[in-house]
Amino acid sequence: MSAPLNLGIDATLEVRSPGAYASLQDFGRFGLRRFGVPWSGTLDPALMRIANRLAGNEDGAPVIEAFDGGLHLAITGRPVRIAVAGPAELELFAGGERRPAASWRSYLLRPGDGIRIVRTNGTRLVTVAIAGIDVPTTLGSRSTYARAGLGGVAGRALAAGDRLSAHAARSGPELRLPDPPRWPGDPDDPIRVVPGPQADHFEDAALGRLFGQSYTVGTAADRMGVRLEGAEPLRHRTGKAAEIVSDATVPGSIQVPGTNQPIVLLADAQTAGGYPKIATVITADLARLAARRPGETLRFAAIEVAQAEALARARAAEIARLCERIRPIIGEGVDLEALYACNLIDGVVNARQAEPPT
Amino acid sequence: MTRILDCGDAAFTIEFGNAIDPALQERVRRLDAALTAACEHGSVPGLLETVPTFRSLTVLYDPLLTRRETLLAAIAPHIDADIGSTSAAVRHWRLPACYEGDSGPDLDEVARMAGTTRDTIVALHTGTEYVVYMLGFLPGFPFMGDVAPALALPRRAEPRIRVPAGSVAIATGLTAIYPWESPGGWHLLARCPVPLFDARRASPALLQAGDRVRFVAVSQAEHRRLDAALAGGELDPHTFLAHAVGADR
Repeated sequence: MSAPLNLGIDATLEVRSPGAYASLQDFGRFGLRRFGVPWSGTLDPALMRIANRLAGNEDGAPVIEAFDGGLHLAITGRPVRIAVAGPAELELFAGGERRPAASWRSYLLRPGDGIRIVRTNGTRLVTVAIAGIDVPTTLGSRSTYARAGLGGVAGRALAAGDRLSAHAARSGPELRLPDPPRWPGDPDDPIRVVPGPQADHFEDAALGRLFGQSYTVGTAADRMGVRLEGAEPLRHRTGKAAEIVSDATVPGSIQVPGTNQPIVLLADAQTAGGYPKIATVITADLARLAARRPGETLRFAAIEVAQAEALARARAAEIARLCERIRPIIGEGVDLEALYACNLIDGVVNARQAEPPT
Repeated sequence: MTRILDCGDAAFTIEFGNAIDPALQERVRRLDAALTAACEHGSVPGLLETVPTFRSLTVLYDPLLTRRETLLAAIAPHIDADIGSTSAAVRHWRLPACYEGDSGPDLDEVARMAGTTRDTIVALHTGTEYVVYMLGFLPGFPFMGDVAPALALPRRAEPRIRVPAGSVAIATGLTAIYPWESPGGWHLLARCPVPLFDARRASPALLQAGDRVRFVAVSQAEHRRLDAALAGGELDPHTFLAHAVGADR
């Protein structure tokens, strides 16, 4: 149903500003943890999937993962279709004008147009999908891992002046996700964890404290991990129990160094470490944790492995159902010039009003 | 005693012990080899990858494709399988290291702490063939050991903000090479010109767990020559592979 717009094959986007922090990510770089290379990849795979569906991409196409507001992209070549997934206020620069725009839907932008994330709402993370984005693969992934200079643009986070290539946007209606759910979930819901692998390195009271008190997200929170601060320390059983012979970490590992405060490891964290890990955040809740802002509070709750596995499957099914709700926006996004050129229909301008501007 | 440790809903760790010990590492390596082979045969669906460490093997899986109980049942026969059944070739490396001049900024301090001379420290460090226990901390960073008792020092009290790439270092009874410039708290003894991680290689890390490494002292001039030849691509890092033999126990 989608045919090339016949406007050439290459489009270019220029990063006018990366905002707080923005990097190219896909599902991640697998199979290299044994060599010390973390998966990287988006912190919220569900959001990446939705953004790609909205832009008409494959689920695994690389997206821009943006922290907070400020990301500003300008189109300098051919038309580009862009969709932002996640709760955010956007603005479009088109035809010399600036107007508010919405996330959870796609837009076709023309040369000279731009889009900017003004702010994110209730989360620090959104993903931006660009139809037909073309990024080279490094070790099987486009994900940026800056520490080793892998993936992304020149192996680093996006910077002002960077240029991204995309295949020409295809014609067809714009897509939107109607009635998007609260994202990424209810902040009052606890972050669920499975105790272990080194819960036995802590005082008996420590697990009770981990689940009994609230934690504040520290200022050191990025793609590597989130430092948390709780009123009562998580004490190791003995001084010697504060270190282990290094073993593997996973995304979600909650390690507790000598500060007795937890650090949750995320996508870019090192693959092994010498601090005991009291628990592991479950797959279904990891994005919810990564989206919390410094200063916000959260609570943990314990569940068992089998429950966590069931929750992972339930979450995947929920996201699949959400993706199925994505619908064309009636009467909008049809390329007027192409239609006029083909002399197919008249009165499109009226039809365009069918969907109120968002 | 072998234990299964919970690591959430997408991983678990098979722990053989809690010490740094070549015998434990060998058990880890054999289980890892068996699971890698099983993976390649496609007989363990949902298994994403394994991470061998000093004394444990972590198995990462996709909870949408399999479950912990299913995987454990598939893996159980490989834990402590017949010791000879999964033997793989052991690679021996002879890596050049320059201990001269400012290549080893902590040599004097280490010699003082050990109550001996720079030359003795170099002789001790080059006199042992090390086991690569695991890679981690940084891509391609090898944790190797064990160093001679005189070289078993704790980390520096003040970690460096910048350790140059290629630095050969010791701490906590182990030795390592920094593949990247990074912060670091180990004592720096030498510089090694051989690139340990190259994303252009199919297997990007030069060393792997179970490899054996011995350092060979070279002059500053020779270090410069090797550095240039390796950087220019005229010299293949595999040149430093001494020989590979079947499970040399």
